[in-house]
Amino acid sequence: MIRNITIGQYYVADSVIHRLDPRVKVTGTLLYIVSLFLFHNFWGYVVAVGCFFAVMVLSKVPFSYIVRGLKPIFFMLVFTAVLNLFWTPGTVFFRFGAIQLTWEGLRKSVFMAFRLIFLVLGSSLMTLTTTPNQLTDALEKLLRPLRHLHVPVHEIAMMMSIALRFIPILVEETDRIMKAQMARGADFESGSVLQRLRNMLPILVPLFVSAIRRANDLALAMDARCYHGGDGRTKMHPLRYQGRDFAAYFICIAYCVLLYSAVTYLPML
Amino acid sequence: MSILLRNVNYTYGKGSSEEKQALKNINLEIHKNEFTAIVGHTGSGKSTLIQLLNGLEKADSGEILFHGKNIYDKDFSMKMLRSKVGLVFQYPEHQLFEATVVKDVAFGPNNMEWEPLKAELSTFGALKDVGIGEELFDVSPLALSGGQKRRVAIAGVLAVEPEILVLDEPMAGLDPAGRKEIFDLLKKLHSERKITIIMVSHSMEDVAEYASRVIVMNQGEVVLDGEPRKVFRYEKELKQIGLGVPQATSLMHCLAAQGAGVKEDCLTVQESVSEILKWLKRV
Ligand SMILES: Nc1ncnc2c1ncn2[C@@H]1O[C@H](COP(=O)(O)OP(=O)(O)OP(=O)(O)O)[C@@H](O)[C@H]1O
Ligand SMILES: [Mg+2]
Repeated sequence: MIRNITIGQYYVADSVIHRLDPRVKVTGTLLYIVSLFLFHNFWGYVVAVGCFFAVMVLSKVPFSYIVRGLKPIFFMLVFTAVLNLFWTPGTVFFRFGAIQLTWEGLRKSVFMAFRLIFLVLGSSLMTLTTTPNQLTDALEKLLRPLRHLHVPVHEIAMMMSIALRFIPILVEETDRIMKAQMARGADFESGSVLQRLRNMLPILVPLFVSAIRRANDLALAMDARCYHGGDGRTKMHPLRYQGRDFAAYFICIAYCVLLYSAVTYLPML
Repeated sequence: MSILLRNVNYTYGKGSSEEKQALKNINLEIHKNEFTAIVGHTGSGKSTLIQLLNGLEKADSGEILFHGKNIYDKDFSMKMLRSKVGLVFQYPEHQLFEATVVKDVAFGPNNMEWEPLKAELSTFGALKDVGIGEELFDVSPLALSGGQKRRVAIAGVLAVEPEILVLDEPMAGLDPAGRKEIFDLLKKLHSERKITIIMVSHSMEDVAEYASRVIVMNQGEVVLDGEPRKVFRYEKELKQIGLGVPQATSLMHCLAAQGAGVKEDCLTVQESVSEILKWLKRV
């Protein structure tokens, strides 16, 4: 039942995007997301959308898979679109009682929806082609300079990867505890909201106890293997840039230049 | 007859890329007051099978009859089934959650919508059955020893007064004294309270000593089913699927293979000793 939840939705495939260094992918995605918000020009969207689909084809991830990422933000999407549509002042082209639609509002809501959609699609594409562990590795490396400001970068990355590691274990554990309590006649499906919350207690207490026990065991095991924090620690799979990663960085820059010229030199639409 | 499985199939992750058929065409009949042991290599589907017995997992195809009634019928009460077929998971002590031992054991009875008096009676009855003394009633379950915790957890299932008690590796992770406690408890429940017992176990010695019937599973199928004495004759076949026979039985097989005139189907050390002595006297 609860097992159907998937977190860390890596799509297994062998593509050049999958093989890229995660740092490139994180940087590229950030760049892409920021770029989405920097223009108000139709041509900009053509470039951004074209670029997304080019990367998608290279990644071999089916479009239907990526689109799934939109489901959770669907409501927000409709909400912002409607808000922009009705409450933007400008030239009115449609009026029905108190409701009035403006050209500016229409334009704004379409563009806003576009940005949100491609923000989600872009980042989905990254998480689909990068394992959570690669992602934390990349973040650790990229945020490294912050160490000088006494930010515990290594510790944060370590916590992230441990958390990720424990998600499937805890999901399984929840499933088992739930079944065990159901075997004793517990009912998690009926009753009022308050009742149901109370019914969660027989799951939550053992789950917390076991999470704490596991954390304790893990800490002991790490201690026993002389874990002493990030200083001087080496990696089993160190991140090293290859030729293709530099090429990818170059393509990112090319994307920015293309976007800039499209927005600046093509006629405003 | 209390439980009957007919052509039962079960697949995990149906429709996903990691589809795994855990049970293949299982046909089984569990009789009243049997003491059945289910053995099998890891991943052979034992835990899956026992979760089907009280309706926690639903078979993809096939049917399961409880006292002749199909448990997948619309008007069949799952709650009734779960109270009649008590399931004790592996490491059941990990599911204790209440502040005191008594409260935890009372969780099941309180879910049953019984009269308060009956719920209370069965709670204290179960605690007595598993041998938890009054001095522990108001202690936090987390403060007990491993063996005590497990007995409290079993009491939590016994308290709903099941006819059939199903246990997944009830001995796992206990020291010899703890194992013996649990086994004596099961034996007592079986002989005095007439509870049908189904138990998953990895120890062939335990199976030989306590079970009246062994079901051997391999890769989702039942491959052998019968009295321990009969099943353990198939030492070679059992070895092939990663299982063994009790050491005493294995020894007798060896001796017989060397030409000694001994009976092969001894199960316990005592039995083997007396059989060997008998043979030595003869020669
Ligand atoms: N929740 C699950 N999701 C997917 N596959 C599962 C799940 N539970 C079990 N399986 C798979 O089903 C098969 C049977 O598992 P099961 O737990 O019934 O084995 P088992 O005989 O109890 O093993 P063990 O002796 O290790 O407890 C295994 O191959 C296992 O990988
Ligand atoms: Mg199991």
